[in-house]
Amino acid sequence: MDIEKYISSGILELYVAGLLTEAENKEVSEYAKSHPEIEREIRAIEASVLALSKAASPGLSEKSKLDELWLKIDGNDKKGVVKLKQPRKNWFAYSGWAAAAVLLVGLWWVYNQNQELRTDMQTTVDEVQQLENQIEEARYSLTQTQELFNSLRDKDVTIVPLSGQKVAPDAYARAYWKKDTQQVYIDAQGLPEPPSGMVYQVWSLKLSPLTPTSIGLLDSFATDDNKVFILENANESEAFGITLEPAGGSETPTLEQLYTLGAVAAS
Amino acid sequence: MGSFFYIFSENLLMELDLLVQRFQEKDRKAFEKLYEMYHINIHGVIHTIVRDKELAEELAQDVFIKIWNNADSYNSTKGRFFTWILNIARNTAIDELRSRNYKNLKKNLSADYFVGILERPDSEEEDAPDTKGLKKLVKGLKEKCIELIELLYFKGYTQKDASEELKIPLGTVKTRNRNCISQLRDNIDLEWI
Repeated sequence: MDIEKYISSGILELYVAGLLTEAENKEVSEYAKSHPEIEREIRAIEASVLALSKAASPGLSEKSKLDELWLKIDGNDKKGVVKLKQPRKNWFAYSGWAAAAVLLVGLWWVYNQNQELRTDMQTTVDEVQQLENQIEEARYSLTQTQELFNSLRDKDVTIVPLSGQKVAPDAYARAYWKKDTQQVYIDAQGLPEPPSGMVYQVWSLKLSPLTPTSIGLLDSFATDDNKVFILENANESEAFGITLEPAGGSETPTLEQLYTLGAVAAS
Repeated sequence: MGSFFYIFSENLLMELDLLVQRFQEKDRKAFEKLYEMYHINIHGVIHTIVRDKELAEELAQDVFIKIWNNADSYNSTKGRFFTWILNIARNTAIDELRSRNYKNLKKNLSADYFVGILERPDSEEEDAPDTKGLKKLVKGLKEKCIELIELLYFKGYTQKDASEELKIPLGTVKTRNRNCISQLRDNIDLEWI
């Protein structure tokens, strides 16, 4: 091969420009390996193009952009995408996304606030309901007490104080006897709490001869708040007594357990 | 030809083969070295096409990203490493012009040669000191020469495209280009000596 002729043909210049076919490229690179003159010529051509392209640059900005480059490369590597075109200065797009994100967060916040307010309101409604119930209860209780009070101050009520006996000298009670309705209100405020398994029993007494008749048990003693019990009494009572009896009550009073006793004042 | 230039470039380029090899093995340091070596050349090529310094820098970055990501696809039997990255740079810059909806791409590409820059009155020289080097390099080259080099190397024109553009016979493109590059080389050698 005539190397001089080959070199002067201009094929090497086209090789450096990248304008040859794949077969021609392969041929030139093989010749370059086996002929140092060709290799040297290629390098000299390349050097001239390098010099020209360098001179064509109006200069690079001062900061090195290597860090930025690696950031972009690594960012793309992670995504597994070769991002070939870098969109330039699309601040509008970025600010659009940012605005969308802010709006989304805002909406989420408002939604949460709304949910919280709903929960708070439900709680308040529940509380109001509870308070109303309490007021209703209190009102009912007041009515009851009022009624009780009115019953006790009725002019037809006979008041019988029952005083403490041997087993319980400090105990006391009162019987309010309404003869017209045949009811006895027993105010047992002054009696001690009965021991478990025991119950207070109220007796109507006739004195000569001594005849006790049971008119009822105070079996809700522990749970009753005002300790006033209403019992039926159709007897012509001359006295009232309260004894402590086994649960369920007794046929006849256990006199050893007589807590209080009081005679009806003669009218 | 100045022998000093050849000794210098030979040492440099022997190292280059090794660098390229290491770069292809994804050696980051080697890639950084190549970036330092060719960054300004790539910028120059792109700037010739897009005529925007900032844009050219951004596109040059894109080019190096492509180079790194496509390291495997370079093969020394297909051509010089610089030829490979030169091609990537040209395509990137031309794609950019295309994406910006330039109506007549060819016309746009050829509308403004180095010559245009070089023919500025001397009074403007102080405002644009960056053209000094270029002026020195192409000093004495005919306008047709400068245009041909620009079309073939910087703008990726084929011989046929260039012959049509410059209205010269297709058969003469190759030899004319050789003569033009030789003049350019002489100017470079003068710089070295």
